[in-house]
Amino acid sequence: MLVVEKNALTEEIESLVQRFGKDRSSLLKILHEIQKTHRHIPDFAQQEIARLLDIHPVEVYSVITFYAFLNTEPKGRNLVRVCKTITCDLQGKDAVCKAIERELGCKFGESSKDNKFYLEYANCLGLCDMGPAMAVNERVYTNLTPEKAVEILNGVK
Amino acid sequence: MENKRKERKGAVLFTEYKAGKSIKKALSMKRDDILLEIKESKLRGRGGAGFPTSTKWMLTAAAIADEKFVICNADEGEPGTFKDRVLLMEYPDLVFDGMVIAGYIIGSSKGIVYLRGEYEYLLPSLNDYLENMRKDNYLGENICGKSGFNFDIEIHLGNGAYVCGEETALIESMEGHRGEARNRPPFPVTTGFMKKPTVVNNVETLACVTKIVEHGGAWYKEHGTDKSTGSKLFSISGDCAKPGVYELAWGTSIKELLEFVGAEKTKAVQVGGASGVCLNKTQFDRQLAYEDAATGGSIMIFNESRSMLHVLKNFMEFFVEESCGQCTPCRVGNIKLLEGVEMIESGEFTFSYINKLKDLGKTMQVASKCGLGQSSPNSFISILENFKDEILNNGNGGSNGK
Ligand SMILES: Cc1cc2nc3c(=O)[nH]c(=O)nc-3n(C[C@H](O)[C@H](O)[C@H](O)COP(=O)(O)O)c2cc1C
Ligand code: SF4
Ligand code: FES
Repeated sequence: MLVVEKNALTEEIESLVQRFGKDRSSLLKILHEIQKTHRHIPDFAQQEIARLLDIHPVEVYSVITFYAFLNTEPKGRNLVRVCKTITCDLQGKDAVCKAIERELGCKFGESSKDNKFYLEYANCLGLCDMGPAMAVNERVYTNLTPEKAVEILNGVK
Repeated sequence: MENKRKERKGAVLFTEYKAGKSIKKALSMKRDDILLEIKESKLRGRGGAGFPTSTKWMLTAAAIADEKFVICNADEGEPGTFKDRVLLMEYPDLVFDGMVIAGYIIGSSKGIVYLRGEYEYLLPSLNDYLENMRKDNYLGENICGKSGFNFDIEIHLGNGAYVCGEETALIESMEGHRGEARNRPPFPVTTGFMKKPTVVNNVETLACVTKIVEHGGAWYKEHGTDKSTGSKLFSISGDCAKPGVYELAWGTSIKELLEFVGAEKTKAVQVGGASGVCLNKTQFDRQLAYEDAATGGSIMIFNESRSMLHVLKNFMEFFVEESCGQCTPCRVGNIKLLEGVEMIESGEFTFSYINKLKDLGKTMQVASKCGLGQSSPNSFISILENFKDEILNNGNGGSNGK
């Protein structure tokens, strides 16, 4: 990481600490914001968060690894999460997933070659009455067909 | 998603309500009198465990501390549950008014909604709604002119962990830790968020309180059964013509519910989500109520074309992923149960081993540290019991309600 990048990241974290407070209870809020802007939580950010909140970096790492939405490695720019829980499964999530994989040329658990997408399975998204369901970043899409799912992804910038 | 508030019908929750009405009424009453109304209503928690709400609030009200918290549990991660999404989207007035009333009763000035990260798309409208409440002085200082009563609500987003719906794991998570359940006692009512007295309630429970304050405990109790008063929101999904969220009276039988949503050729009904139990045709006379088939409201319907082993495998995979790994019965037990399902799938199983796994499940029910591991064996045990002929006897044997 370049020094300028490091400095920018430090500044970003400092302002988050200012916004949420220096207490340990700010940790997940800070991690949430960093994850959102950087799509992962880089090593350097972990160290800086630890330093500014006065906790051990291992504590930060251990919290990150607990939560499905937080990750330490960079992933494709747009996070695609298709529900794999039973109701969506029975409503045809397999066909949807296969169509997405064919179209993007990568498997679930991988980023697409152009790094535009990362595909993963999610547990129940709370949209079971409108399955199959998926989330692309914060937006959700319901009643998917293979064709509709692919169209949605094609429309993502 | 469209807002269907105008079309929804119900006896208790899905009824007319003018935002702020119950807050005003509550603030004109004595705290103890509101608690008595809630006690009279016999309201029990809608998050699954069914704990009497008045008892929880009395304990927190009685606790002495400089700060107390009201937490609305909107983590809604149980597979097949989505009623809280509907309440938050279409009935934020009922939910937030309930939180303000809770704050008044227990003497708290801070409410926090723990919203599952998957519902982040609800955040803008919820924050707008809260902002309007501030403008109308339903939040803020000296609420509605009640001097000394200050209360505000903030929304905390979850980060994708089912176990964080468990109240002590939720508190751990809000304090910036891994979402690992705590040993209890102490209970959150005395030692909760930041070690302060805290009430944690489900979204629907809080909405019920608003209605109880509006119409009284006696009115509320007229609905439902003696032990399960009021009504219940059911999240109904799977093989039926009209999946969705419906308000039905407690005591409705499964058969009636299936008819109501237009389910045909139903083979199985999973009551209470992945951590609930699966019933076969011979059990469809059972009633949805705390005293019979208890549920946080998740109803999943499977028709005759579905493989129950496939259903069970999906549930067990869920628990293996979502176990926090803190205690051995749950961390190892769920993996063993999933392996058992895979053995059956490949035909490489013995009856004696499957029976051992059922015993393991019973051990998990008593030895696990939190509700996740205590309830995850429910589907394993009930599906292998209620669908044993389909799964273990090649369809022969006459059970499965055929
Ligand atoms: C693994 C697990 C997940 C839970 N998830 C939720 C949830 O998403 N929402 C909820 O209200 N309660 C959930 N609960 C129950 C809570 O621990 C707690 O009992 C409930 O929030 C209390 O509120 P109530 O009394 O209003 O039901 C969960 C429990 C367990 C063991
Ligand atoms: S029962 Fe499971 S989820 Fe609960 S504390 Fe033990 S390992 Fe964690
Ligand atoms: S099962 Fe897919 S959203 Fe619930």
